[in-house]
Amino acid sequence: MDNIVIIGNGISGVTLARHVRKFSDHRITLISGETDYFFSRTALMYVYMGHMKFEHTQPYENWFWKKNRIELRKGIVNKVDTNSKTLKFSNGETMSYDKLVIATGSKPNKFGWPGQDLEGVMGLYHKQDLDNLEKHAPNNEVCKRAVIVGGGLIGIELAEMLSSRSIPVTFLVRESSFWNGVLPEGESQMINRHIIKHGIDLRLSSNLKEIKAGANGKVSSIILEETGEEISCDVVGLTAGVSPNIDFLKNSEIETNRGVLVNRYLETNIPDVFAIGDCAEQRKAIGNRPTIEAVWYTGRMMGEALAQTLCGNRMPYNPGHWFNSAKFFDIEYQTYGWVHSKKKKPDYEAQFHWRHEDDTKCITVAYHKDTKMFLGINTFGIRMRHKTFNQWLSEERKVDYVIEHLAEANFDPEFYARYETEIVDAFHKKLQIA
Amino acid sequence: MSIAKPDALQLTIKQKSAVVIGLLGLFILVLALANVNFPYKETFLAASMILIAAGTIIYSREAYLSKHEGIKNDGAWFKSTSARGLWGWIIGLVLTGFYIVLYFFPEYLGLGTDGANNTGLIGLFDPLSQLLSGRNASQWFVYGTLYTMAILVFGYKFLLKYRHNRYQRLRTFSVMFFQLAFAFLIPEFMYVMNNDLPYYDLKSIWPLNYYLFDEWSVKAFLSAGHIGLALLLFGIISIFIITPILTYKYGKRWYCSWVCGCGGLAETAGDPFRHLSSKKLSAWKMERWLIHTVLVFSVVMTTAVIYSYLGYDKNDFWLTRGVFIALVTGLLSILFTGVMLFKRHEFGKDAKYGAIGFFTVIMLLLVMHFTGTTDKLFFVKSSALRSAYGLYIGSIFSGVIGTGFYPIFGNRVWCRFGCPMAAILGFQQRLFSKFRITTNGGQCISCGNCSTYCEMGIDVRAYAQKGENIVRSSCVGCGICAAVCPRGVLKLENDSMKGRINPTEILLGNDVNLMELVNKKQ
Repeated sequence: MDNIVIIGNGISGVTLARHVRKFSDHRITLISGETDYFFSRTALMYVYMGHMKFEHTQPYENWFWKKNRIELRKGIVNKVDTNSKTLKFSNGETMSYDKLVIATGSKPNKFGWPGQDLEGVMGLYHKQDLDNLEKHAPNNEVCKRAVIVGGGLIGIELAEMLSSRSIPVTFLVRESSFWNGVLPEGESQMINRHIIKHGIDLRLSSNLKEIKAGANGKVSSIILEETGEEISCDVVGLTAGVSPNIDFLKNSEIETNRGVLVNRYLETNIPDVFAIGDCAEQRKAIGNRPTIEAVWYTGRMMGEALAQTLCGNRMPYNPGHWFNSAKFFDIEYQTYGWVHSKKKKPDYEAQFHWRHEDDTKCITVAYHKDTKMFLGINTFGIRMRHKTFNQWLSEERKVDYVIEHLAEANFDPEFYARYETEIVDAFHKKLQIA
Repeated sequence: MSIAKPDALQLTIKQKSAVVIGLLGLFILVLALANVNFPYKETFLAASMILIAAGTIIYSREAYLSKHEGIKNDGAWFKSTSARGLWGWIIGLVLTGFYIVLYFFPEYLGLGTDGANNTGLIGLFDPLSQLLSGRNASQWFVYGTLYTMAILVFGYKFLLKYRHNRYQRLRTFSVMFFQLAFAFLIPEFMYVMNNDLPYYDLKSIWPLNYYLFDEWSVKAFLSAGHIGLALLLFGIISIFIITPILTYKYGKRWYCSWVCGCGGLAETAGDPFRHLSSKKLSAWKMERWLIHTVLVFSVVMTTAVIYSYLGYDKNDFWLTRGVFIALVTGLLSILFTGVMLFKRHEFGKDAKYGAIGFFTVIMLLLVMHFTGTTDKLFFVKSSALRSAYGLYIGSIFSGVIGTGFYPIFGNRVWCRFGCPMAAILGFQQRLFSKFRITTNGGQCISCGNCSTYCEMGIDVRAYAQKGENIVRSSCVGCGICAAVCPRGVLKLENDSMKGRINPTEILLGNDVNLMELVNKKQ
């Protein structure tokens, strides 16, 4: 029986612990410096918006851990000694392990902006960020304006959160259009319009120069790089991406780059030390995937895979077809397979784009321009079935087949209006023109 | 965490005026309750109804039409009314008090006893009752009118809140229609056509309608000629033929969230409280024991009641005690053996105990018959059993607790813990139905919106995050979990029975071989 210690009680660490328990009797300890119990990070926004209480973000009741013999330990690890297999906590205590798993997730990026550590400047990642936001932006009297820096998924969620409390938001996006490093142009521009419709002051191609403090030492305004314009605000949200949260490993023998370097088996350079989730960096990219995947689903999948290895059945992390999802204010987004943005689109990739006239629904289908093989789909405002697309991708279906059979993949609630006929017509029309 | 109320949740001036308008309407009712004798009753009654409706309509339009279509749960846990705050408790106490007076002290509402004229609140409703059926109002007429009003005006509010969602809209039109037509208007018109008929809400099915087979009810039907007989037969067909067919095809939702009046009120007036239901495992355990106990109670009670008024020979009714008891035990035995033969592998441990307990009751009924314990059941008179059921289940559970406690325990307390009809439908939904909630591959992010907003207290997330379909007897198919899901993970579907329950982790996304392994070892 091994003594398995997991640092981090996020989705990766918890999935790993659950699966290890399912297949073995190993001793399992989950360490967290953030919260006593596992919660769903993706749901923090709903707590601020009043849709849920924090306890609702916890997928397991508090008795679950004891019942499944998963020991919980609250504390911050600040040193890992891999020779003596010991962890050192910030309060001086130590803990030994047989197998160590690093699942410490991410931290918000800060790019050395002047004033980035002022009071009132925050990311949105940890439970503590939520508490901090509640303190500095409880309503629009305490927070007369908030500025969000960084146009990604967390940035738009923060914008939605703040506007749910009628706090005016200025949203600085470095790119020329929202998230267009990932989304094709048509989609990105539709989301731009949707953001503006929700009353957000969206500033495209805008960078932060500095954050200024008021007399009380708190944030009072920001200055824009391009125009020098000063925007007064009480809260600055830094949402310019995340990076692995691994500073505590600096002086250890564990090899790191931006993240903890791992092979396909999620093993580090040190025997019996593994890394999963946001903080793990693949030595070699898997397919089209980035070497660091800071996504809920991949964290879960790495946990599933590593559990096999730790239970004596050595298994590589071998993810299937790419998928992801998000929600931009009222518009849901799902993606299956690969659809590339204008900047990243490979030469062979052709795209078919359809948008509904109400400007809240669109799809983009990517296919190989020579072989016509279906490569992936982005869908906005229309829910689609994961299983069906997974199957079509595995069967290497042609784009015509996918378009003709799109109705089979529909996952919208019953009685919803359907758009397949319109989409098929648009597709054929496009082919005739081309 | 700060409890400062976010400014966005403050009411606008228009909404505040709407609240005042609605309260004025209610105030007329309160004055009537305090025995103020209005000169032109019809005018004041109409004014009261119009003011309440106008207030709610203006309020709802301001709340939802000024915003984009989409999920509107902002601040649900910050508002005093919907988060068990002071206002929540006050509303709960007022409603509870109203139910107690309604069921046990109708004279305080102004019911005229011994031929005296109605006064007070009930007196105010006399003109409307006269208009519809030519008789004076009773406390049940007042209750029925207010109940229907609530479903209609809060139904309108719900329609605006979910105006982007066609499933929600159709379902709400449906409960509004069934309440107005079937529960309110048709019974009144039936009385006008044939005043021997007892009040009969055609959509209220036994055992929810627990007095349908009472002696007075059956006699009244039979004495009302062919139409009466037809209605009584319809009542029997409803539970034994119509219900099983529709539940097989669509799940219990066809009734609980599309037709039923209790469900109708819960889904409209009760909607702001849906997130208050407990999702704890302990609550689920309690639910299973409680609801099935009520079901057994209602079956035994009804059997005993019918048994006691049937004669020994064919002179009173063609149905004799012997034939009746044979029918009941025969039906229950077929049900029991059928389920045990074909579906026992789908049962949890406590469900098995429950089933065995149920079968024991049947056997006892048989013993009772053949040992000649005539009008007593387990040494309790059947009439006592009947009045106990009426008091504790019919009044206290379904009314006082079921509706009065909306702002405390959520809007489906009765439907979840007490309704015997829900127990029957749920039993079938779990075992013989095409209905399920499908989980969309690996897309769940465990956020918990689905579980939080499930009025039946189902921990939907526990299934969704494992990629399992949700097949639960308590699910009323309201579809709110699917609506609030931010990632499009849940879909209510009627599909083939095969593969409906998939109790394995089939989250898509990972290595296919690994997932097979995960399932094999389980």
